[in-house]
Amino acid sequence: MIHTTSLGAGIHFAYLVSSVLFILGIKGLSSPRTARSGNRLAAIGMLLAIVATLLDRQILSYTWIVAGIVVGSAIGAVAARTVTMTAMPQMVALFNGSGGGAAALVSSLEYRHLIQAGALPLDSGISILLGALIGAISFSGSIVAFGKLQGLLPEKAVTYPLQQVVNGLLAAAILVLAWMVLNGSGGSHAFIAFLAGSLLLGVLAVIPIGGGDMPVVISLLNSFTGLATAATGFALHNVVLIISGTLVGASGTLLTVLMCKAMNRPITNVLFGAFGAAPSATTSPAGGGAAAMAGKPVRDVSVEDAATILAYARKVIIIPGYGLAVAQAQHALRELADLLKARGVEVVYAIHPVAGRMPGHMNVLLAEANVPYEELKDLDAVNPEFESADVALVVGANDVVNPAARHDSQSPIYGMPILDADKSKHIIVLKRSMKPGFAGIDNELFYDPKTMMLFGDAKDSIAKLAQTVKAL
Amino acid sequence: MIAHFLNDLTIFVLAIFVGYEIISKVPVILHTPLMSGTNAIHGIVLVGAMLVLGGADTTLARVVGFCAVVLGAVNVVGGFMVTDRMLQMFRKKSGPNEP
Repeated sequence: MIHTTSLGAGIHFAYLVSSVLFILGIKGLSSPRTARSGNRLAAIGMLLAIVATLLDRQILSYTWIVAGIVVGSAIGAVAARTVTMTAMPQMVALFNGSGGGAAALVSSLEYRHLIQAGALPLDSGISILLGALIGAISFSGSIVAFGKLQGLLPEKAVTYPLQQVVNGLLAAAILVLAWMVLNGSGGSHAFIAFLAGSLLLGVLAVIPIGGGDMPVVISLLNSFTGLATAATGFALHNVVLIISGTLVGASGTLLTVLMCKAMNRPITNVLFGAFGAAPSATTSPAGGGAAAMAGKPVRDVSVEDAATILAYARKVIIIPGYGLAVAQAQHALRELADLLKARGVEVVYAIHPVAGRMPGHMNVLLAEANVPYEELKDLDAVNPEFESADVALVVGANDVVNPAARHDSQSPIYGMPILDADKSKHIIVLKRSMKPGFAGIDNELFYDPKTMMLFGDAKDSIAKLAQTVKAL
Repeated sequence: MIAHFLNDLTIFVLAIFVGYEIISKVPVILHTPLMSGTNAIHGIVLVGAMLVLGGADTTLARVVGFCAVVLGAVNVVGGFMVTDRMLQMFRKKSGPNEP
Protein backbone atom coordinates (compact mmCIF):
# COMPACT_ATOMS: atom_id res chain seq x y z
CA MET A 1 0.00 0.00 0.00
CA ILE A 2 1.45 3.39 -0.92
CA HIS A 3 0.42 5.59 1.96
CA THR A 4 -0.59 9.18 1.52
CA THR A 5 -1.43 10.11 5.12
CA SER A 6 1.28 10.97 7.63
CA LEU A 7 0.17 8.02 9.79
CA GLY A 8 0.54 5.76 6.78
CA ALA A 9 3.98 7.18 6.06
CA GLY A 10 4.93 6.54 9.70
CA ILE A 11 3.90 2.90 9.43
CA HIS A 12 5.83 2.54 6.19
CA PHE A 13 8.89 4.05 7.85
CA ALA A 14 8.55 1.68 10.84
CA TYR A 15 8.45 -1.24 8.37
CA LEU A 16 11.66 0.03 6.79
CA VAL A 17 13.37 0.16 10.21
CA SER A 18 12.10 -3.37 10.95
CA SER A 19 13.54 -4.65 7.68
CA VAL A 20 16.92 -3.10 8.50
CA LEU A 21 16.82 -4.68 11.97
CA PHE A 22 16.10 -8.09 10.41
CA ILE A 23 19.09 -7.73 8.09
CA LEU A 24 21.36 -6.62 10.94
CA GLY A 25 19.97 -9.44 13.08
CA ILE A 26 20.79 -12.12 10.54
CA LYS A 27 24.22 -10.57 10.08
CA GLY A 28 24.70 -10.74 13.86
CA LEU A 29 23.79 -14.42 13.81
CA SER A 30 26.83 -15.07 11.64
CA SER A 31 29.32 -14.82 14.50
CA PRO A 32 29.17 -16.61 17.87
CA ARG A 33 30.00 -13.37 19.67
CA THR A 34 27.16 -11.33 18.19
CA ALA A 35 24.62 -14.10 17.57
CA ARG A 36 22.54 -13.51 20.66
CA SER A 37 22.31 -9.75 20.21
CA GLY A 38 21.54 -10.36 16.54
CA ASN A 39 18.57 -12.50 17.45
CA ARG A 40 17.41 -9.79 19.84
CA LEU A 41 17.74 -7.08 17.17
CA ALA A 42 15.51 -9.16 14.91
CA ALA A 43 13.01 -9.62 17.76
CA ILE A 44 12.93 -5.85 18.32
CA GLY A 45 12.33 -5.37 14.60
CA MET A 46 9.43 -7.81 14.83
CA LEU A 47 7.91 -5.99 17.81
CA LEU A 48 8.19 -2.68 15.96
CA ALA A 49 6.47 -4.10 12.88
CA ILE A 50 3.63 -5.55 14.97
CA VAL A 51 3.05 -2.32 16.92
CA ALA A 52 3.12 -0.28 13.70
CA THR A 53 0.58 -2.62 12.11
CA LEU A 54 -1.79 -2.11 15.04
CA LEU A 55 -1.99 1.57 14.00
CA ASP A 56 -3.00 0.70 10.44
CA ARG A 57 -6.32 2.18 9.33
CA GLN A 58 -7.30 -1.11 7.65
CA ILE A 59 -7.81 -2.56 11.11
CA LEU A 60 -11.34 -1.97 12.34
CA SER A 61 -11.45 -4.07 15.50
CA TYR A 62 -8.70 -5.05 17.92
CA THR A 63 -10.39 -7.59 20.20
CA TRP A 64 -9.76 -10.66 18.05
CA ILE A 65 -6.27 -9.55 17.05
CA VAL A 66 -5.10 -9.01 20.61
CA ALA A 67 -6.73 -12.27 21.74
CA GLY A 68 -5.03 -14.15 18.89
CA ILE A 69 -1.63 -12.67 19.67
CA VAL A 70 -1.98 -13.49 23.39
CA VAL A 71 -3.04 -17.10 22.71
CA GLY A 72 -0.35 -17.68 20.07
CA SER A 73 2.40 -16.07 22.16
CA ALA A 74 1.49 -18.20 25.17
CA ILE A 75 1.59 -21.40 23.13
CA GLY A 76 4.89 -20.42 21.51
CA ALA A 77 6.49 -19.36 24.80
CA VAL A 78 5.53 -22.53 26.65
CA ALA A 79 6.69 -24.73 23.77
CA ALA A 80 10.01 -22.87 23.43
CA ARG A 81 10.72 -23.02 27.17
CA THR A 82 9.88 -26.66 27.74
CA VAL A 83 11.43 -28.30 24.66
CA THR A 84 14.61 -30.26 25.30
CA MET A 85 17.66 -29.45 23.19
CA THR A 86 17.42 -32.95 21.70
CA ALA A 87 13.94 -32.27 20.38
CA MET A 88 14.97 -28.92 18.89
CA PRO A 89 14.74 -29.97 15.22
CA GLN A 90 11.11 -31.06 15.46
CA MET A 91 10.25 -27.93 17.44
CA VAL A 92 11.70 -25.73 14.69
CA ALA A 93 9.66 -27.81 12.21
CA LEU A 94 6.46 -27.07 14.16
CA PHE A 95 7.15 -23.32 14.41
CA ASN A 96 7.91 -23.33 10.70
CA GLY A 97 4.66 -25.17 9.98
CA SER A 98 2.76 -22.53 11.99
CA GLY A 99 4.17 -19.78 9.80
CA GLY A 100 3.31 -21.71 6.65
CA GLY A 101 -0.24 -22.33 7.87
CA ALA A 102 -0.64 -18.63 8.69
CA ALA A 103 0.53 -17.67 5.18
CA ALA A 104 -1.99 -20.08 3.59
CA LEU A 105 -4.84 -18.70 5.73
CA VAL A 106 -3.90 -15.07 5.00
CA SER A 107 -3.87 -15.84 1.28
CA SER A 108 -7.29 -17.51 1.54
CA LEU A 109 -8.80 -14.50 3.30
CA GLU A 110 -7.30 -12.08 0.80
CA TYR A 111 -8.77 -14.20 -2.03
CA ARG A 112 -12.23 -13.98 -0.45
CA HIS A 113 -11.78 -10.26 0.11
CA LEU A 114 -10.91 -9.58 -3.53
CA ILE A 115 -13.68 -11.85 -4.87
CA GLN A 116 -16.22 -9.99 -2.74
CA ALA A 117 -14.81 -6.68 -3.96
CA GLY A 118 -15.67 -7.90 -7.45
CA ALA A 119 -12.44 -8.75 -9.23
CA LEU A 120 -9.31 -10.88 -8.91
CA PRO A 121 -6.50 -9.02 -10.70
CA LEU A 122 -3.95 -11.35 -12.30
CA ASP A 123 -0.96 -10.22 -10.21
CA SER A 124 -2.85 -10.48 -6.89
CA GLY A 125 -4.40 -13.77 -8.00
CA ILE A 126 -1.02 -15.36 -8.75
CA SER A 127 0.46 -14.04 -5.50
CA ILE A 128 -2.50 -15.40 -3.53
CA LEU A 129 -2.27 -18.81 -5.19
CA LEU A 130 1.48 -19.00 -4.60
CA GLY A 131 1.09 -17.97 -0.95
CA ALA A 132 -1.64 -20.58 -0.43
CA LEU A 133 0.24 -23.34 -2.30
CA ILE A 134 3.67 -22.86 -0.70
CA GLY A 135 2.22 -22.08 2.73
CA ALA A 136 0.04 -25.20 2.70
CA ILE A 137 2.90 -27.44 1.52
CA SER A 138 5.12 -26.01 4.24
CA PHE A 139 2.40 -26.52 6.86
CA SER A 140 1.57 -30.16 6.12
CA GLY A 141 5.18 -31.03 5.20
CA SER A 142 6.47 -29.62 8.50
CA ILE A 143 3.90 -31.61 10.44
CA VAL A 144 4.98 -34.82 8.71
CA ALA A 145 8.64 -33.92 9.44
CA PHE A 146 7.70 -33.34 13.08
CA GLY A 147 5.87 -36.67 13.21
CA LYS A 148 8.86 -38.53 11.79
CA LEU A 149 11.39 -36.95 14.18
CA GLN A 150 9.09 -37.37 17.18
CA GLY A 151 8.55 -41.04 16.30
CA LEU A 152 4.80 -40.61 15.70
CA LEU A 153 5.22 -41.58 12.04
CA PRO A 154 7.58 -44.20 10.60
CA GLU A 155 11.07 -42.72 10.33
CA LYS A 156 11.87 -44.85 7.31
CA ALA A 157 11.18 -43.58 3.85
CA VAL A 158 7.65 -44.64 2.95
CA THR A 159 7.48 -45.79 -0.64
CA TYR A 160 4.71 -47.24 -2.76
CA PRO A 161 4.37 -48.09 -6.44
CA LEU A 162 3.96 -45.23 -8.92
CA GLN A 163 4.81 -42.69 -6.19
CA GLN A 164 6.30 -40.12 -8.57
CA VAL A 165 3.39 -40.59 -10.97
CA VAL A 166 0.84 -39.98 -8.20
CA ASN A 167 2.69 -36.84 -7.09
CA GLY A 168 2.95 -35.68 -10.69
CA LEU A 169 -0.78 -36.16 -11.27
CA LEU A 170 -1.57 -34.29 -8.07
CA ALA A 171 0.69 -31.41 -9.13
CA ALA A 172 -1.07 -31.32 -12.52
CA ALA A 173 -4.49 -31.26 -10.83
CA ILE A 174 -3.33 -28.36 -8.65
CA LEU A 175 -2.23 -26.46 -11.77
CA VAL A 176 -5.63 -27.00 -13.41
CA LEU A 177 -7.41 -25.80 -10.27
CA ALA A 178 -5.15 -22.74 -10.16
CA TRP A 179 -6.13 -21.94 -13.74
CA MET A 180 -9.82 -22.28 -12.82
CA VAL A 181 -9.38 -19.93 -9.86
CA LEU A 182 -7.59 -17.33 -11.98
CA ASN A 183 -10.11 -17.21 -14.82
CA GLY A 184 -13.00 -17.28 -12.36
CA SER A 185 -14.65 -20.41 -13.77
CA GLY A 186 -14.15 -22.50 -10.63
CA GLY A 187 -15.34 -20.13 -7.92
CA SER A 188 -14.44 -20.62 -4.29
CA HIS A 189 -14.88 -24.42 -4.58
CA ALA A 190 -11.89 -24.52 -6.90
CA PHE A 191 -9.90 -22.47 -4.41
CA ILE A 192 -10.74 -24.82 -1.53
CA ALA A 193 -9.86 -27.84 -3.68
CA PHE A 194 -6.59 -26.08 -4.62
CA LEU A 195 -5.79 -25.59 -0.94
CA ALA A 196 -6.64 -29.22 -0.08
CA GLY A 197 -4.51 -30.47 -2.97
CA SER A 198 -1.57 -28.36 -1.77
CA LEU A 199 -1.86 -29.78 1.75
CA LEU A 200 -1.90 -33.32 0.35
CA LEU A 201 1.11 -32.57 -1.85
CA GLY A 202 3.06 -31.45 1.24
CA VAL A 203 2.32 -34.77 2.95
CA LEU A 204 3.12 -36.90 -0.10
CA ALA A 205 6.35 -35.00 -0.79
CA VAL A 206 7.81 -35.52 2.69
CA ILE A 207 6.51 -39.06 3.43
CA PRO A 208 9.04 -40.76 1.06
CA ILE A 209 12.02 -38.99 2.68
CA GLY A 210 13.87 -40.91 5.39
CA GLY A 211 14.34 -39.55 8.91
CA GLY A 212 18.06 -38.99 8.30
CA ASP A 213 17.29 -36.38 5.68
CA MET A 214 14.81 -34.45 7.82
CA PRO A 215 17.30 -31.63 8.55
CA VAL A 216 17.48 -30.88 4.85
CA VAL A 217 13.71 -31.04 4.57
CA ILE A 218 13.15 -28.69 7.52
CA SER A 219 15.67 -26.25 6.08
CA LEU A 220 13.95 -26.37 2.70
CA LEU A 221 10.50 -25.95 4.22
CA ASN A 222 11.87 -23.01 6.22
CA SER A 223 12.77 -21.27 2.98
CA PHE A 224 9.35 -22.25 1.56
CA THR A 225 7.57 -20.49 4.41
CA GLY A 226 9.74 -17.45 3.74
CA LEU A 227 8.65 -17.45 0.10
CA ALA A 228 4.99 -17.99 1.08
CA THR A 229 5.29 -14.98 3.36
CA ALA A 230 6.79 -12.94 0.54
CA ALA A 231 3.88 -14.02 -1.70
CA THR A 232 1.35 -12.76 0.86
CA GLY A 233 3.35 -9.53 0.85
CA PHE A 234 2.76 -9.24 -2.90
CA ALA A 235 -0.96 -9.90 -2.43
CA LEU A 236 -1.29 -7.31 0.37
CA HIS A 237 1.27 -4.91 -1.17
CA ASN A 238 3.13 -4.93 2.11
CA VAL A 239 6.84 -4.15 1.91
CA VAL A 240 7.99 -5.64 5.20
CA LEU A 241 6.38 -8.99 4.35
CA ILE A 242 8.14 -9.09 0.98
CA ILE A 243 11.56 -8.15 2.37
CA SER A 244 11.54 -10.44 5.42
CA GLY A 245 9.99 -13.37 3.60
CA THR A 246 12.51 -13.09 0.78
CA LEU A 247 15.47 -12.81 3.16
CA VAL A 248 14.38 -16.10 4.74
CA GLY A 249 13.65 -17.67 1.37
CA ALA A 250 17.14 -16.85 0.09
CA SER A 251 18.94 -17.85 3.29
CA GLY A 252 16.97 -21.08 3.69
CA THR A 253 17.73 -22.11 0.11
CA LEU A 254 21.44 -21.44 0.58
CA LEU A 255 21.52 -23.32 3.88
CA THR A 256 19.75 -26.28 2.27
CA VAL A 257 22.34 -26.40 -0.50
CA LEU A 258 25.17 -26.26 2.04
CA MET A 259 23.67 -29.17 3.95
CA CYS A 260 23.33 -31.27 0.82
CA LYS A 261 26.95 -30.45 -0.05
CA ALA A 262 28.03 -31.72 3.38
CA MET A 263 26.39 -35.05 2.53
CA ASN A 264 27.80 -34.94 -0.99
CA ARG A 265 24.38 -35.61 -2.51
CA PRO A 266 22.43 -33.49 -4.95
CA ILE A 267 19.21 -32.09 -3.54
CA THR A 268 17.12 -34.01 -6.09
CA ASN A 269 18.50 -37.23 -4.63
CA VAL A 270 17.46 -36.17 -1.12
CA LEU A 271 13.94 -35.23 -2.20
CA PHE A 272 13.16 -38.02 -4.63
CA GLY A 273 15.74 -40.72 -3.85
CA ALA A 274 13.73 -42.37 -1.03
CA PHE A 275 17.07 -42.62 0.80
CA GLY A 276 16.72 -44.82 3.86
CA ALA A 277 13.77 -46.85 2.63
CA ALA A 278 12.91 -49.98 4.59
CA PRO A 279 15.42 -52.78 3.78
CA SER A 280 12.63 -54.93 2.36
CA ALA A 281 12.15 -52.33 -0.36
CA THR A 282 15.82 -52.26 -1.38
CA THR A 283 16.98 -55.01 -3.67
CA SER A 284 20.33 -53.37 -4.43
CA PRO A 285 23.62 -55.24 -3.96
CA ALA A 286 24.25 -53.08 -0.86
CA GLY A 287 21.49 -54.98 0.91
CA GLY A 288 23.21 -58.26 0.17
CA GLY A 289 26.55 -56.92 1.37
CA ALA A 290 25.04 -55.87 4.66
CA ALA A 291 23.51 -59.28 5.17
CA ALA A 292 26.86 -60.93 4.55
CA MET A 293 28.49 -58.64 7.07
CA ALA A 294 25.99 -59.51 9.75
CA GLY A 295 27.59 -62.96 10.03
CA LYS A 296 31.02 -61.54 10.91
CA PRO A 297 32.29 -61.50 14.47
CA VAL A 298 32.18 -58.36 16.58
CA ARG A 299 34.65 -57.74 19.42
CA ASP A 300 33.08 -56.89 22.78
CA VAL A 301 34.99 -54.92 25.40
CA SER A 302 34.43 -54.63 29.14
CA VAL A 303 34.06 -51.26 30.87
CA GLU A 304 37.34 -51.85 32.75
CA ASP A 305 39.35 -52.55 29.60
CA ALA A 306 37.87 -49.62 27.75
CA ALA A 307 38.51 -47.28 30.68
CA THR A 308 42.15 -48.41 30.90
CA ILE A 309 42.74 -47.85 27.19
CA LEU A 310 41.26 -44.35 27.47
CA ALA A 311 43.11 -43.42 30.65
CA TYR A 312 46.53 -44.39 29.28
CA ALA A 313 46.05 -42.89 25.83
CA ARG A 314 47.93 -39.78 24.78
CA LYS A 315 45.22 -38.55 22.48
CA VAL A 316 41.50 -39.35 22.34
CA ILE A 317 39.16 -38.11 19.64
CA ILE A 318 35.51 -38.24 20.65
CA ILE A 319 32.96 -38.64 17.85
CA PRO A 320 29.51 -37.77 19.12
CA GLY A 321 26.41 -38.70 17.16
CA TYR A 322 22.69 -38.44 17.59
CA GLY A 323 22.71 -41.46 19.92
CA LEU A 324 24.52 -39.23 22.42
CA ALA A 325 21.64 -36.79 22.37
CA VAL A 326 19.01 -39.50 22.64
CA ALA A 327 20.71 -40.90 25.73
CA GLN A 328 21.08 -37.34 27.14
CA ALA A 329 24.69 -38.27 27.72
CA GLN A 330 26.40 -34.98 26.78
CA HIS A 331 26.97 -33.94 30.42
CA ALA A 332 28.33 -37.35 31.42
CA LEU A 333 30.60 -37.28 28.36
CA ARG A 334 32.04 -33.89 29.34
CA GLU A 335 32.77 -35.24 32.84
CA LEU A 336 34.60 -38.22 31.36
CA ALA A 337 36.57 -35.88 29.09
CA ASP A 338 37.49 -33.68 32.09
CA LEU A 339 38.77 -36.71 33.99
CA LEU A 340 40.88 -37.76 31.02
CA LYS A 341 42.23 -34.24 30.59
CA ALA A 342 43.14 -34.14 34.28
CA ARG A 343 45.28 -37.21 33.61
CA GLY A 344 47.04 -35.38 30.79
CA VAL A 345 45.18 -36.98 27.89
CA GLU A 346 44.60 -34.71 24.93
CA VAL A 347 40.87 -34.72 24.15
CA VAL A 348 39.16 -33.25 21.10
CA TYR A 349 35.68 -33.66 19.69
CA ALA A 350 35.21 -34.41 15.99
CA ILE A 351 32.00 -32.91 14.70
CA HIS A 352 30.65 -34.17 11.40
CA PRO A 353 28.62 -31.55 9.51
CA VAL A 354 25.52 -33.74 9.57
CA ALA A 355 25.95 -35.23 13.04
CA GLY A 356 22.73 -34.86 14.97
CA ARG A 357 19.67 -33.94 13.06
CA MET A 358 20.42 -30.40 12.01
CA PRO A 359 23.70 -28.77 10.97
CA GLY A 360 25.31 -27.53 14.15
CA HIS A 361 22.91 -29.54 16.33
CA MET A 362 25.80 -31.39 17.95
CA ASN A 363 27.55 -28.09 18.74
CA VAL A 364 24.42 -26.87 20.52
CA LEU A 365 24.16 -30.06 22.57
CA LEU A 366 27.84 -30.01 23.58
CA ALA A 367 27.70 -26.29 24.35
CA GLU A 368 24.79 -27.10 26.65
CA ALA A 369 27.16 -29.42 28.53
CA ASN A 370 29.79 -26.64 28.83
CA VAL A 371 32.22 -28.20 26.37
CA PRO A 372 34.59 -25.38 25.32
CA TYR A 373 34.48 -24.26 21.70
CA GLU A 374 38.15 -24.81 21.07
CA GLU A 375 37.79 -28.56 21.61
CA LEU A 376 35.19 -28.92 18.85
CA LYS A 377 36.80 -29.58 15.49
CA ASP A 378 35.09 -29.95 12.17
CA LEU A 379 35.67 -32.64 9.58
CA ASP A 380 38.50 -31.08 7.56
CA ALA A 381 40.41 -29.97 10.64
CA VAL A 382 40.19 -33.24 12.53
CA ASN A 383 40.59 -35.91 9.85
CA PRO A 384 44.41 -35.60 9.57
CA GLU A 385 44.60 -36.06 13.37
CA PHE A 386 43.12 -39.56 13.48
CA GLU A 387 46.39 -41.20 12.40
CA SER A 388 48.10 -39.83 15.49
CA ALA A 389 45.20 -40.63 17.83
CA ASP A 390 45.33 -43.55 20.20
CA VAL A 391 41.60 -43.89 20.57
CA ALA A 392 38.60 -42.81 18.54
CA LEU A 393 35.65 -42.92 20.94
CA VAL A 394 32.46 -43.20 18.91
CA VAL A 395 29.42 -42.29 20.99
CA GLY A 396 26.12 -42.96 19.28
CA ALA A 397 27.44 -42.06 15.83
CA ASN A 398 27.18 -44.50 12.95
CA ASP A 399 26.83 -43.45 9.32
CA VAL A 400 29.33 -40.58 9.67
CA VAL A 401 32.14 -43.07 10.48
CA ASN A 402 31.20 -45.75 7.95
CA PRO A 403 34.27 -46.40 5.74
CA ALA A 404 31.95 -47.76 3.04
CA ALA A 405 31.36 -44.13 2.08
CA ARG A 406 34.98 -44.03 0.86
CA HIS A 407 35.25 -47.20 -1.17
CA ASP A 408 31.92 -49.00 -1.72
CA SER A 409 30.31 -47.45 -4.75
CA GLN A 410 27.23 -49.65 -4.13
CA SER A 411 26.62 -48.08 -0.73
CA PRO A 412 23.87 -45.47 -0.53
CA ILE A 413 26.22 -43.17 1.40
CA TYR A 414 29.08 -43.58 -1.11
CA GLY A 415 30.87 -40.27 -1.59
CA MET A 416 29.70 -38.69 1.65
CA PRO A 417 32.70 -37.22 3.50
CA ILE A 418 33.24 -39.20 6.71
CA LEU A 419 35.33 -38.95 9.86
CA ASP A 420 38.33 -41.28 9.47
CA ALA A 421 37.85 -43.02 12.82
CA ASP A 422 39.19 -46.25 11.33
CA LYS A 423 42.66 -44.68 10.98
CA SER A 424 43.26 -44.34 14.71
CA LYS A 425 45.01 -47.08 16.72
CA HIS A 426 41.93 -48.19 18.63
CA ILE A 427 38.28 -47.57 18.08
CA ILE A 428 35.84 -47.85 20.95
CA VAL A 429 32.20 -47.75 19.90
CA LEU A 430 29.48 -47.08 22.45
CA LYS A 431 26.27 -48.42 21.04
CA ARG A 432 22.95 -49.68 22.28
CA SER A 433 22.79 -52.66 19.94
CA MET A 434 23.97 -53.81 16.51
CA LYS A 435 21.01 -52.12 14.86
CA PRO A 436 22.00 -50.14 11.75
CA GLY A 437 22.01 -46.33 11.86
CA PHE A 438 19.58 -43.69 10.72
CA ALA A 439 20.29 -44.35 7.07
CA GLY A 440 19.54 -48.05 7.62
CA ILE A 441 22.96 -49.24 6.43
CA ASP A 442 25.24 -51.71 8.19
CA ASN A 443 28.62 -50.31 9.26
CA GLU A 444 31.81 -52.24 8.47
CA LEU A 445 33.74 -50.20 11.04
CA PHE A 446 32.08 -52.29 13.75
CA TYR A 447 33.64 -55.44 12.27
CA ASP A 448 37.13 -53.89 12.00
CA PRO A 449 39.65 -55.93 14.09
CA LYS A 450 40.77 -52.68 15.78
CA THR A 451 37.23 -51.92 16.90
CA MET A 452 35.86 -52.73 20.33
CA MET A 453 32.16 -52.51 21.03
CA LEU A 454 30.83 -51.42 24.41
CA PHE A 455 27.12 -52.21 24.31
CA GLY A 456 24.54 -50.47 26.46
CA ASP A 457 22.90 -47.12 27.07
CA ALA A 458 25.45 -44.41 26.22
CA LYS A 459 24.86 -42.38 29.39
CA ASP A 460 25.15 -45.46 31.54
CA SER A 461 28.32 -46.67 29.80
CA ILE A 462 29.99 -43.25 29.99
CA ALA A 463 29.18 -42.89 33.70
CA LYS A 464 30.71 -46.33 34.36
CA LEU A 465 33.78 -45.43 32.28
CA ALA A 466 34.20 -42.21 34.28
CA GLN A 467 33.93 -44.10 37.58
CA THR A 468 36.52 -46.63 36.48
CA VAL A 469 38.91 -43.98 35.14
CA LYS A 470 38.63 -42.16 38.50
CA ALA A 471 39.56 -45.35 40.35
CA LEU A 472 42.60 -46.11 38.19
CA MET B 1 -1.70 -1.67 -10.48
CA ILE B 2 1.24 -2.62 -12.64
CA ALA B 3 3.31 0.13 -10.96
CA HIS B 4 2.57 -1.44 -7.58
CA PHE B 5 3.59 -4.83 -8.85
CA LEU B 6 6.84 -3.57 -10.38
CA ASN B 7 7.67 -1.81 -7.12
CA ASP B 8 7.14 -5.03 -5.17
CA LEU B 9 9.09 -7.05 -7.71
CA THR B 10 12.07 -4.68 -7.43
CA ILE B 11 12.13 -5.01 -3.66
CA PHE B 12 11.77 -8.80 -3.96
CA VAL B 13 14.73 -9.19 -6.33
CA LEU B 14 16.99 -6.92 -4.29
CA ALA B 15 16.05 -8.78 -1.08
CA ILE B 16 17.11 -12.08 -2.68
CA PHE B 17 20.61 -10.71 -3.15
CA VAL B 18 20.76 -9.22 0.34
CA GLY B 19 19.58 -12.53 1.85
CA TYR B 20 22.16 -14.48 -0.09
CA GLU B 21 25.04 -12.14 0.77
CA ILE B 22 24.47 -11.88 4.52
CA ILE B 23 23.89 -15.61 4.96
CA SER B 24 26.82 -16.97 3.02
CA LYS B 25 29.28 -15.94 5.75
CA VAL B 26 27.79 -17.97 8.63
CA PRO B 27 30.02 -20.68 10.21
CA VAL B 28 28.62 -24.23 10.33
CA ILE B 29 28.24 -24.30 14.11
CA LEU B 30 25.71 -21.49 13.90
CA HIS B 31 23.61 -23.10 11.17
CA THR B 32 21.01 -24.48 13.58
CA PRO B 33 20.51 -21.18 15.43
CA LEU B 34 20.48 -19.43 12.05
CA MET B 35 17.78 -21.74 10.72
CA SER B 36 15.81 -21.17 13.89
CA GLY B 37 16.37 -17.40 13.84
CA THR B 38 15.32 -16.95 10.22
CA ASN B 39 12.39 -19.24 11.02
CA ALA B 40 11.30 -16.68 13.61
CA ILE B 41 11.70 -13.83 11.09
CA HIS B 42 9.23 -15.33 8.62
CA GLY B 43 6.81 -15.09 11.51
CA ILE B 44 6.38 -11.57 10.13
CA VAL B 45 3.45 -13.17 8.29
CA LEU B 46 1.71 -12.28 11.58
CA VAL B 47 1.54 -8.72 10.24
CA GLY B 48 -0.39 -9.97 7.22
CA ALA B 49 -2.65 -12.02 9.47
CA MET B 50 -3.39 -8.94 11.62
CA LEU B 51 -4.26 -6.87 8.56
CA VAL B 52 -6.70 -9.42 7.10
CA LEU B 53 -8.27 -10.16 10.50
CA GLY B 54 -8.62 -6.43 11.14
CA GLY B 55 -10.64 -6.10 7.96
CA ALA B 56 -12.71 -9.28 8.47
CA ASP B 57 -16.47 -8.72 8.32
CA THR B 58 -18.06 -12.16 8.77
CA THR B 59 -17.76 -14.77 11.51
CA LEU B 60 -16.09 -17.24 9.16
CA ALA B 61 -13.51 -14.66 8.11
CA ARG B 62 -12.88 -13.75 11.75
CA VAL B 63 -12.35 -17.39 12.73
CA VAL B 64 -9.94 -17.98 9.84
CA GLY B 65 -8.13 -14.72 10.54
CA PHE B 66 -7.96 -15.51 14.25
CA CYS B 67 -6.33 -18.88 13.47
CA ALA B 68 -3.84 -17.13 11.20
CA VAL B 69 -2.91 -14.64 13.95
CA VAL B 70 -2.50 -17.45 16.50
CA LEU B 71 -0.26 -19.44 14.14
CA GLY B 72 1.76 -16.35 13.27
CA ALA B 73 2.25 -15.46 16.95
CA VAL B 74 3.35 -19.04 17.74
CA ASN B 75 5.92 -18.74 14.96
CA VAL B 76 7.24 -15.38 16.17
CA VAL B 77 7.36 -15.90 19.93
CA GLY B 78 8.36 -19.57 19.84
CA GLY B 79 10.95 -18.93 17.14
CA PHE B 80 12.75 -16.08 18.86
CA MET B 81 12.65 -17.69 22.31
CA VAL B 82 13.95 -21.06 21.16
CA THR B 83 16.76 -19.36 19.22
CA ASP B 84 17.69 -17.35 22.28
CA ARG B 85 17.79 -20.53 24.37
CA MET B 86 20.17 -22.14 21.88
CA LEU B 87 22.43 -19.10 21.71
CA GLN B 88 22.52 -18.77 25.48
CA MET B 89 24.58 -21.95 25.46
CA PHE B 90 27.19 -20.49 23.18
CA ARG B 91 28.24 -17.95 25.79
CA LYS B 92 31.95 -17.97 26.41
CA LYS B 93 32.32 -19.93 29.62
CA SER B 94 34.35 -18.25 32.36
CA GLY B 95 34.94 -18.52 36.11
CA PRO B 96 33.94 -21.68 38.00
CA ASN B 97 33.71 -23.87 34.92
CA GLU B 98 37.26 -23.20 33.83
CA PRO B 99 39.68 -25.95 34.91
